[in-house]
Amino acid sequence: MADMTVTPAATQRKRALPRINSRAVVMGLYLLFLLLPIYWLLNMSLKTNTEILNSFTLWPSNLTFANYATILTDPAWYMGYVNSLIYVVMNTVISLTVALPAAYAFSRYSFMGDKHLFFWLLTNRMAPPAVFALPFFQLYSSVGLFDTHIAVALAHCLFNVPLAVWILEGFMRGVPKEIDETAYIDGYSFGRFFVKIFMPLIASGIGVAAFFCFMFSWVELLLSRTLTTVDAKPIAAIMTRTQGASGIDWGVLAAAGVLTIVPGALVIYFVRNYIAKGFALGRV
Amino acid sequence: MEKTVNQKAWFLVLPVLLLVAFSAVIPLMTVVNYSVQDTFGNNQFFWAGLEWFREMLSSERMWDALGRQLMFSGIILAIEVPLGIFVALNMPKSGFWASFCLVLMSLPLLIPWNVVGTIWQIFGRVDIGLLGYTLDKLGINYNYTQDTIAAWVTIVVMDVWHWTSLVALLAYAGLKSIPDAYYQAAKIDQASRWKVFRFIELPKMMGVLMIAILLRFMDSFMIYTEPFVVTGGGPGNATTLLSIDLVKMALGQFDLGPAAAFSIMYFLVILLISWVFYTVMTNLDKREG
Amino acid sequence: MDWMAWTVPTAIFFAVIATLLITFTVLAIKFPETPRTGILRIETTRGDRLFITLLGSAFINLAWLGLVGASQPYALILCLIYAAAVFRWV
Repeated sequence: MADMTVTPAATQRKRALPRINSRAVVMGLYLLFLLLPIYWLLNMSLKTNTEILNSFTLWPSNLTFANYATILTDPAWYMGYVNSLIYVVMNTVISLTVALPAAYAFSRYSFMGDKHLFFWLLTNRMAPPAVFALPFFQLYSSVGLFDTHIAVALAHCLFNVPLAVWILEGFMRGVPKEIDETAYIDGYSFGRFFVKIFMPLIASGIGVAAFFCFMFSWVELLLSRTLTTVDAKPIAAIMTRTQGASGIDWGVLAAAGVLTIVPGALVIYFVRNYIAKGFALGRV
Repeated sequence: MEKTVNQKAWFLVLPVLLLVAFSAVIPLMTVVNYSVQDTFGNNQFFWAGLEWFREMLSSERMWDALGRQLMFSGIILAIEVPLGIFVALNMPKSGFWASFCLVLMSLPLLIPWNVVGTIWQIFGRVDIGLLGYTLDKLGINYNYTQDTIAAWVTIVVMDVWHWTSLVALLAYAGLKSIPDAYYQAAKIDQASRWKVFRFIELPKMMGVLMIAILLRFMDSFMIYTEPFVVTGGGPGNATTLLSIDLVKMALGQFDLGPAAAFSIMYFLVILLISWVFYTVMTNLDKREG
Repeated sequence: MDWMAWTVPTAIFFAVIATLLITFTVLAIKFPETPRTGILRIETTRGDRLFITLLGSAFINLAWLGLVGASQPYALILCLIYAAAVFRWV
């Protein structure tokens, strides 16, 4: 080889330099692909409808916040966000409350049928909402909960409780069992140990589980749309229903879309290292 | 971790059990009940036996939807898995740029599914969308509401846009767990880039990749919201996937019997795949520790 | 419970499944399960085998209904053979 005399460091630099560039190019292109559609939505939300329909511009030529103003002042729109938030928060609280002790049991003890139970929970996370839409509609109509927030919150428990149990179990198994045993020897009761010692230890796990419960409930459309008509109608349903009407108000629709992205985008930085773990049900 | 046998742990699991039984078992029982009966409304039911199952099994509509569904899941897996691995290999390993990439890549994952639909509905339109407009100006005939191929391309690209990052993030997590010593050994052996990938990175990623593949398969198998918002299942029935078809039947036409029979078969397939998923996961756990 | 539209056959169906679950729980208490590795090369316990049997039977019934289409009870005989095979070899 010709460059045998070159020092190893120099060879490395020579070879490393173009590789870093190709990496940056790949990532740059991929991120561009991801961000372009989102940018376009943002772009649309800041334009007037005349501009959207009559001219094709890459950025808003006369910037307007009128679309956002429409959403934030019209109850038909902003109540959608309020309704969504109510049932999403309810669902997150319910899911975490029941999932915490259950996940502890799964991570610490073996008992009759534990594996089958764990599997059964998984099947509910995997079950298509389309299968459950019709029976849920009948169930909640018959008990008089149709078009209430709690109905949607309970329906979303179908996939969020299993999700929370799986994620929390994934975090809890990382906590050494000696901690439990020492605490019990020190005379802690189960309840006190769990709240005072154990929960702070898995705080990040609880945060991640809460985040994913929040998110999956927030993004779900089919069940929330099926179970509501007026009083508890979520923003997702309002957005899809306006699309059926003739003469879609693209600007407002885009603005509504941008606003639904906000909650996720706000916390994204804090959960960035756990996204993969959360989606993989705590298994990574 | 060795677990202690403790039957009292059942009490900790009981709330979950009751809640999920209420929201999963009761509806499933109802579906089974509906599937063997016929109704004309008003809660009046007539025994129909296995008629609906027979009808569904011989209906072209269901097999077509299943075919489209398998095709969709197959295509998106074939694109997302290699692309996700490729992206993961090119991600910065640490530092500011790693965080930067992680945050931006997570963004599509956290967008509400109907908004994902809305984004692509707008993005692909010939009159107002960047993608549609550009393609149209390039002279490519692209109209996802009329043309089957365009509709398919749109929903596939949308899914790739939406979920490739998940595969990439999982593969990335697998890559990060490889100790540096492996790479150094490879360098000493003067292994080629391909060999490093084939014999070090791929085997180490296999576990998370299995999870990623199964997860993407399951989720694409029950996809509803995004294609529904973009194409509504059209043009014609071209993008009517299983869930869209089922919802049409159950809530659109309120055909309780056939929809219930359809649901049961759909659910059985899901059960089977879930079981594979679970078996794979527990075996991975065992191998690791 | 009107909306659930119960019928006698489906009630019997669920009763049978419930009985099976209870029987296997009792069995598991009386004779503790030992996992073994069968021809699928995965570890299974008695409960796992029951699940494989039930899920497989559902598919056998559907296949019979779709391919043969008549005399459904015969499919149940096939299921029993399948069940015996699962419990013996898986």
